[in-house]
Amino acid sequence: MWEYAPAPESRDIANLKPNYRMFIDGQFVEGAGEPLKTVNPGTEEVLAEVSTAAPADVDKAVKAARRAYDRVWGRMPGSERAKYIFRIARLIQERGRELAVLESLDNGKPIKESRDVDVPTAAAHFFYHAGWADKLGYAGYGPDPKPLGVAGQVIPWNFPLMMAAWKIAPALACGNTVVLKPAETTPLTALVLAEIIQQADLPPGVVNILAGAGDVGAAVTSHPDVDKVAFTGSTEVGKIIQRQLAGTGRKLTLELGGKAANIVFDDAPLDQAVEGIVNGIFFNQGHVCCAGSRLLVQESVADELLEKLHARVSTLRVGDPLDKNTDVGAINSREQLTKIQQLVESGDAEGAERWTSACPLPDKGFYFAPTVFSNVSQAMRIAREEIFGPVLSVLTFRTPDEAVAKANNTPYGLSAGIWTEKGSRILWAAQKMRAGVVWANTFNRFDPTAPFGGYQESGFGREGGRTGLEAYLDV
Amino acid sequence: MAAPTTSPSLPPALADAVRDDASLRRFLHGLPGVDQVGVEQRAAGLGTRSIKKASKMWAIDTAISMVDLTTLEGADTHGKVRSLAAKARRPDPERPDVPKVAAVCVYPDMVETAVKELEGTGINIASVATAFPSGRSSLKVKLEDTAYAVDAGATEIDMVIDRGAFLSGRYGQVFDEIVQVKHACGDAHLKVILETGELATYDNVRRASWLGLLAGGDFIKTSTGKVSPAATLPVTHVMLQAVRDWHTQTGEHRGVKPAGGIRTTKDAIKYLVAVHEVAGPEWLTADLFRFGASTLLNDLLMQRRTQLEGHYSGPDYVTVD
Repeated sequence: MWEYAPAPESRDIANLKPNYRMFIDGQFVEGAGEPLKTVNPGTEEVLAEVSTAAPADVDKAVKAARRAYDRVWGRMPGSERAKYIFRIARLIQERGRELAVLESLDNGKPIKESRDVDVPTAAAHFFYHAGWADKLGYAGYGPDPKPLGVAGQVIPWNFPLMMAAWKIAPALACGNTVVLKPAETTPLTALVLAEIIQQADLPPGVVNILAGAGDVGAAVTSHPDVDKVAFTGSTEVGKIIQRQLAGTGRKLTLELGGKAANIVFDDAPLDQAVEGIVNGIFFNQGHVCCAGSRLLVQESVADELLEKLHARVSTLRVGDPLDKNTDVGAINSREQLTKIQQLVESGDAEGAERWTSACPLPDKGFYFAPTVFSNVSQAMRIAREEIFGPVLSVLTFRTPDEAVAKANNTPYGLSAGIWTEKGSRILWAAQKMRAGVVWANTFNRFDPTAPFGGYQESGFGREGGRTGLEAYLDV
Repeated sequence: MAAPTTSPSLPPALADAVRDDASLRRFLHGLPGVDQVGVEQRAAGLGTRSIKKASKMWAIDTAISMVDLTTLEGADTHGKVRSLAAKARRPDPERPDVPKVAAVCVYPDMVETAVKELEGTGINIASVATAFPSGRSSLKVKLEDTAYAVDAGATEIDMVIDRGAFLSGRYGQVFDEIVQVKHACGDAHLKVILETGELATYDNVRRASWLGLLAGGDFIKTSTGKVSPAATLPVTHVMLQAVRDWHTQTGEHRGVKPAGGIRTTKDAIKYLVAVHEVAGPEWLTADLFRFGASTLLNDLLMQRRTQLEGHYSGPDYVTVD
């Protein structure tokens, strides 16, 4: 047997500091809130202490953003804004290794993903939107579209840096200023992004980053002087925000949960479909709102596909997120791990057939072995509720119409996958799919030029592409 | 179509596939397609595995033991083959613990010399045959070419398929040729060269792989080395998937040999990772995986020294044969 020797990336590259502070009005400052300790989910060790915001700090941040909007950023020509945004993109690339290692430490995702996906995609969003800053007149929203003002943004823990980029880049390109709150369990890379923003010499107050828990997020989204709210996270919290903002006239975009169907037709390229299924649900430990968590496979190839899938999932290497050969890292928090365990138990109780990879798991840290449920029916919780973990539910279908009906039979509608070698079937199924993103013969591919967002309980509004600019323009 | 002489115990579905020309065609065209973007993405992804320390040392030694040390030039002489054989026996004269290579691969008229040089070493003598590299001759000549090499003592035959016949859809003809060459091989192992650079699509590579396996090839091999592109990682992935699927359906292990263009240890390790994770760990043996290469061996030896001595020694410290 060939055992790969451990190949850990050095944690020194992360330049981890014992304390991190919030970024308000161009300065790193202590918040008046209770400091939080952020934990490495791969080892359960405390990584650093982070100062958090009290309501007064949120107010300070919003005021700073308003000032920066009125005096500098809102009236700056797009060509000038672009220079700053390009500079941020370049600095993200320059400090890419540092950001990647820090992200893996704080979030638990494998280094190969933070290195090859999160950080490059974050930089790509800044590059892409920098290009738009002086061309907004050509975006299809009139000759000279205006910004909205101050954007309050709250982001989740699954792609901390990438989500910050998705939020900040379009806001800045369109001329808005920002108050951003990263998730409670993963504040570190957003605060290093604040360093980069300072390094890029962005005028004070244009971007403000506050740490803290849900109460700080609520203070940001409900602040009366915020003109635009953007939230990515759970459907539950999204609904609360929508209720708060109803009738205020403030603009809102929500990117919430999902329970995406990945449909494999019998004429699919099976080996690549297996790769796509694995990438769809085990990428980032399944902590992906657009994860392909429901596999719909045509009954005539179900046995063959499942056999190949089990063999492939058995080769996934679960463990130390900093090891370059790790495919599946740590679950982000104990709380999330418990939630996954509960939903998996419900799958057992409701009679689904559970298969778990026999991979070894580390003794310490939050880990969950890749799991595939077969004989799942639409009525089971594991087919309806978002698990947000490395757990796949496999359902079968007989005809294309049945596949579409089952795929759409969910309150969510963020993404979908279609696997077939037949082009006409791809177009037909994509038309029928009620999902914001439909991938054909691939899954979980992100690009700043492609709009991303959902239907129904997966939220509204789009991020990325020309369409994504609308969320930050007064149109 | 001739009945296959090997795999008498083919499961019914596969036995049916080789019943006649039309069945074979239906079977090959019924195989699931290969998505180009997907297979290339997977190959590139697996290529980022980081193999260090003991696992790297193991990979280097294993790769050395899988090399089919090759010389296939018009300018080949007995002297050249003798020195290649010496290299095969003792790749690194200063380090007798280096494993010997799997085989020496030559043209048929050089087999006799190679046999003499390698007697008693356990190193196989592979010979290309069947009007290598183009395969453009009559079946009679191809069979005689094979018999010539086998009679001279070749223990392995690397044949080329008739790509013209394959690309024009005459699968039965390709199949028959492989079956007859296999018969002419006697006890010698047969490697079937698909020349994937001329087949152009991954779908064709998968079909040709299955064709080679159904017809009784012990190995399927990517390339002659005379056509560019020669071996690539994604093509090898498709072929490894084919032998894995073959094993799932028949219980038999068949081998894969990428050849041409693999020159560095880093590349060789990427191939081994693919063998390990696509086909499975049981394929990590010279019985089931080979590298068709000439310059690769010296890079493996240099990297081996670097691992043991902690510093790089340079190309003048390995023998050039």
